[in-house]
Amino acid sequence: MDLQTSIKWMELFNEKVQANKALLIELDTPIGDSDHGSNMSRGMQHVIEALEAKAPESAADLLKTVAMQLLSKVGGASGPLYGSAFLNMSKAEHQGLSIAEVVKEGLAGIQKRGKAEVGEKTMVDVWSPVVADLEANSLTVESVKAAVEATKDTKATKGRASYVGDRSIGHIDPGSYSSGLLFEAMIEAGVI
Amino acid sequence: MSNYGIVIVSHSANIAQGIYDLIQEVAKDVSITYVGGTEEGGIGTSFETASQAMESNSAENLLAFYDLGSAKMNLEMAIEFTTKEVEVFDVPVVEGTYTAAALLQAGVDLDTVKAQLAEMKLNK
Repeated sequence: MDLQTSIKWMELFNEKVQANKALLIELDTPIGDSDHGSNMSRGMQHVIEALEAKAPESAADLLKTVAMQLLSKVGGASGPLYGSAFLNMSKAEHQGLSIAEVVKEGLAGIQKRGKAEVGEKTMVDVWSPVVADLEANSLTVESVKAAVEATKDTKATKGRASYVGDRSIGHIDPGSYSSGLLFEAMIEAGVI
Repeated sequence: MSNYGIVIVSHSANIAQGIYDLIQEVAKDVSITYVGGTEEGGIGTSFETASQAMESNSAENLLAFYDLGSAKMNLEMAIEFTTKEVEVFDVPVVEGTYTAAALLQAGVDLDTVKAQLAEMKLNK
């Protein structure tokens, strides 16, 4: 991954997170603890500040900075989940793997941390089809949006939303929504 | 002092403080550290505060207890960055912490403590 492209990716992700902060809070209100929007907003603000304070030397370096900032500044479940994802992606990028493999390693990090499988209404429900689409070279903004939308009809069996059981049906999963923003930003930045 | 310490991570400062108040009554010689809520005083957990609770404990071997799922993730993340031996238990946070504290204070060996905790395991 080209360094400039990866910087663009994170700038676009930050813009989307800030623009959708209120929506992320709204999504997290009926089935969570209403903090996803403010946590991600704060985390990405720190990411941008850290990247401005010290210019990354490579895409792998950038991904590591993102990991450490999200890990320490987001908090909740999203901090360790996104942190683990970016840490793994940084390692994969450092090894020179393809973007499909890089994102796949990110997914592995999320699953190792959160122990979630596909269909449990978590961010895994977006990361997993995105990996499949990247491998098939067929990832589009539409397919990302479709994966996010599909979490609406799923019953949560992992994560905070699982406490409300059947009542989680009918609501889009907030972590899936922010993951969708990450992958839309990835496409728009020209990473693939 | 016991060779084993206890770490409590809760989403709420009051819950963490409350559990600490409860168990220090029965475990005066066990090193107990706890954190509740975010650094800004709100509800939540973070990797950094979980790390601090581990590092500030005088024991090198820790038994960790938490309330809700994201506290566990932050604990596990912190474990990857520490040199201490830490085990996280999926048990009711009040009863589990109390059990471990009381048994450690009584000088019960770790395997027995773990066996007692295993009986209380929750799917959390």
